[in-house]
Amino acid sequence: MSNRLVNILVPGVSVILGLLVGAVVMMVSGYDPVEGYIALWNGIFGDAYTIGETIRQITPYILAGLAVAFAFRTGLFNIGVEGQLIVGWFAAAYVGITFDELPKMIHLPLAIIAAALAGALWGFIPGLLKAKFKVHEVIVTIMMNYIALHTSNALIRAVSDGGDNTGGINPTASLRSEFLENMTDFSRLHYGILIALAMVLVMWLILEKTTRGFELKAVGLNQHASEYAGMNVNKNIILAMVISGAFAGLAGAMEALGTFGYASVKGGFTGIGFDGIAVALLGANTPLGVIFGATLFGSLKYGATNMPNEAGIPEEIVSIIIAIIIFFVASGYVIRLLLERFSKKKEAK
Amino acid sequence: MEHVIEMLNIRKEFGNFVANDNITLQLKKGEIHALLGENGAGKSTLMNVLFGLYQPEGGEIRVRGQEVKITDPNVANNLGIGMVHQHFMLVEDFSVTENIILGSEPTKGGMISVKAAAKKVQELSELYNLNVDPYAKIEDISVGMQQRVEILKTLYRGAEILIFDEPTASLTPQEITELIQIMRRLIEEGKSIILITHKLKEIMDVSDRVTVIRKGKGIGTVITSETNPNDLASLMVGRQVEFKTVKGVANPTTDVLEIKDLVVCDYRGVEKVKSLNLQVRKGEIVGIAGIDGNGQSELIEAITGLRKVKSGQVFMNGQEITGQRPRKVTESGVGHIPQDRHKHGLVLDFPVGHNIALQTYYSSPNSKNGFMDYSAISKKANEIIRKYDVRTQGDHEPARALSGGNQQKAIIGREIDRDPDLLIAALPTRGLDVGAIEFIHQRLIEQRDKGKAVLLISFELDEVMNVSDRIAVIYDGQIVDTLDPLQTNEQELGLLMAGQTKNGTQSTQVKEEGSTHV
Ligand SMILES: Nc1ncnc2c1ncn2[C@@H]1O[C@H](COP(=O)(O)OP(=O)(O)OP(=O)(O)O)[C@@H](O)[C@H]1O
Ligand SMILES: [Mg+2]
Repeated sequence: MSNRLVNILVPGVSVILGLLVGAVVMMVSGYDPVEGYIALWNGIFGDAYTIGETIRQITPYILAGLAVAFAFRTGLFNIGVEGQLIVGWFAAAYVGITFDELPKMIHLPLAIIAAALAGALWGFIPGLLKAKFKVHEVIVTIMMNYIALHTSNALIRAVSDGGDNTGGINPTASLRSEFLENMTDFSRLHYGILIALAMVLVMWLILEKTTRGFELKAVGLNQHASEYAGMNVNKNIILAMVISGAFAGLAGAMEALGTFGYASVKGGFTGIGFDGIAVALLGANTPLGVIFGATLFGSLKYGATNMPNEAGIPEEIVSIIIAIIIFFVASGYVIRLLLERFSKKKEAK
Repeated sequence: MEHVIEMLNIRKEFGNFVANDNITLQLKKGEIHALLGENGAGKSTLMNVLFGLYQPEGGEIRVRGQEVKITDPNVANNLGIGMVHQHFMLVEDFSVTENIILGSEPTKGGMISVKAAAKKVQELSELYNLNVDPYAKIEDISVGMQQRVEILKTLYRGAEILIFDEPTASLTPQEITELIQIMRRLIEEGKSIILITHKLKEIMDVSDRVTVIRKGKGIGTVITSETNPNDLASLMVGRQVEFKTVKGVANPTTDVLEIKDLVVCDYRGVEKVKSLNLQVRKGEIVGIAGIDGNGQSELIEAITGLRKVKSGQVFMNGQEITGQRPRKVTESGVGHIPQDRHKHGLVLDFPVGHNIALQTYYSSPNSKNGFMDYSAISKKANEIIRKYDVRTQGDHEPARALSGGNQQKAIIGREIDRDPDLLIAALPTRGLDVGAIEFIHQRLIEQRDKGKAVLLISFELDEVMNVSDRIAVIYDGQIVDTLDPLQTNEQELGLLMAGQTKNGTQSTQVKEEGSTHV
């Protein structure tokens, strides 16, 4: 069986298996799986509005997934996407509310860049610590998540004189699109999806086309050989974290400038950054794969919110079903194995 | 006659590529059975099938007459089959003992008891003169030592049938003699051995029978006492092979590499290179002869910028390069075939083509304005693949999939092709078949004749004596003598390498200017 075919079949079969097991869970707990899945379907593709909202939900997932995938491909495990996203969110909102005389042409890019820079800074610190002191990035990035959460909360209170919300950004910094909103029955769909897709291309370009990408990948795969080949291992580790963090920061910008138009004090993590890990894994850490992973994740997450309304399935059960589907896709390894066995038997005949 | 192992008509495919094409190998109880073939002939593949790492597409395996399915290495272990791999399978961060017990950890009340295991390892190590410290960390010990750990691992598990995949490739002549003694002792104890080696001398020395394979096909099995190295070589290659390296006289001119009072420490901070002096001139090959662990690795790493220099100086073409980054050293005209091809030489998960570009990826024509030109890389890679006979399915194949010898040929091709002023070749022919060794030696001599300098580090006296124009003997971090290969012999070299002076006394301090030109 060709590799490409396997790469397509595995996620497909996984999703179907996940849906089947999810159906069993619904049946066991006394709900109609058909009704449940129709509700899920309607929640994702039901009408123009849900489609718009689904795409809106997918947008930050793409960027968070890219952040994780990029780090993976360069030999790093970035658990800090969540924190990088949060600082990006705040930075974008801050720039959004602070300037009010700027033309959109300048203000919007400025806010987006601020988010990327904030995320990049949040990635730079663990990168630096890893390069200089061999501190494992997983530990540092986890801690950085908490620092991000509480720092951004404190900053939001500071800029709002003790309030819990930065207040709305100026329209000149907004990603909102009347055109997209009209097209999707006034969903919150915004131009961010275009940025996310552009970043998919950027990641692909960096890794597959640039000389820097060659180095980043080499360092990720074998530091000794990279050093032998004259690469600056430390610089590449730091840069990998910076780029990964920038992607994550952009995910924050999507929320700040698109979906919400403000930053507010958070009681806990958004979860998008952590889900980014699953998105990247589902997508086998490739740029295109991330689109697939984010689409699956975003659709399920958003569509599931319709299951309690339409099919009366409690949210807890819905969470379990979504988790099961994702579990099956993530454990694609097992399915890959089964497929191999299966195809071998066929060949032997 | 009882066969302990019978591999009958084994077929193994990788995609469309047939690595083993109906190969038959029968191992008698108590024999040492050599497996011979060119680089990429399919020897390691066949043994990986026997060890359960690969599942064959066809054929059958019988162990002591019983047909068996060896689905994974545990099954092989239970059948009493142990394997010492060509590329070590050791966890770098673990100690020797931890590596040996990995997968069958002895426990005491739920806790792994390393202590008892370490004691057993120590005993085994002493019994077979392996000289391995059970508590040493793998990443800190030499390649030669790692090999011995692999050997210990099978001994520890009490295998009855031992597969040795090129165990002698990285051992010194003395160590090889010791290993051969170990093998003989194992046979006395009723064990049976399959030995893969490219060294025909060893095969003639130690084996009872030889099975030859060529390009994945079984050629046949011969009785060692009824054959000779020449016949074996032509059986395996399919044509006549030249053994003696032909070369004219050297015409050395000015110094390319000059090392002055170099001091280098190892990972523990212990001085391994002690005030070493050495010159290599244009148009000559200087061979460094010495027993593994006398500072060779540290010396090379210090020259190439991979290791800190404590004191002293290194000059390339008169320019000081002491303590420069590897990139600077490379650009000053140094090529380096590293001792450990998997650690330094290759990014195993990169395609062969990327690996061939590993030293030049950043410069034109491979890279322009920060963007890679992968078609240029591919073109160059294919040129080198062809010229150096790297057997691969293409430059897109991951380096990992190549046989050990072919990985080595790719590295050598990469380094020589850049035509460096100084080529540092550390164990360049390790794991190569006789044909390929001859080819590489010719390339080294060709570089010399072009007026380039070559620094050859080898544990094999044959190689050092055949290829070098000057032999520098290293002992305890110093060049203790420099000899003319035509006026010395293995005896003399052996004594010097063991730290004796020519008149037989233990050398304490190097003679002043011990490295002046001959
Ligand atoms: N996992 C793999 N995937 C694809 N091809 C492989 C794989 N392993 C080995 N091969 C190919 O099979 C052939 C035989 O390889 P093998 O390692 O058995 O050679 P070998 O006889 O041990 O050579 P050497 O003396 O160089 O170690 C080679 O051409 C190699 O490229
Ligand atoms: Mg091999």
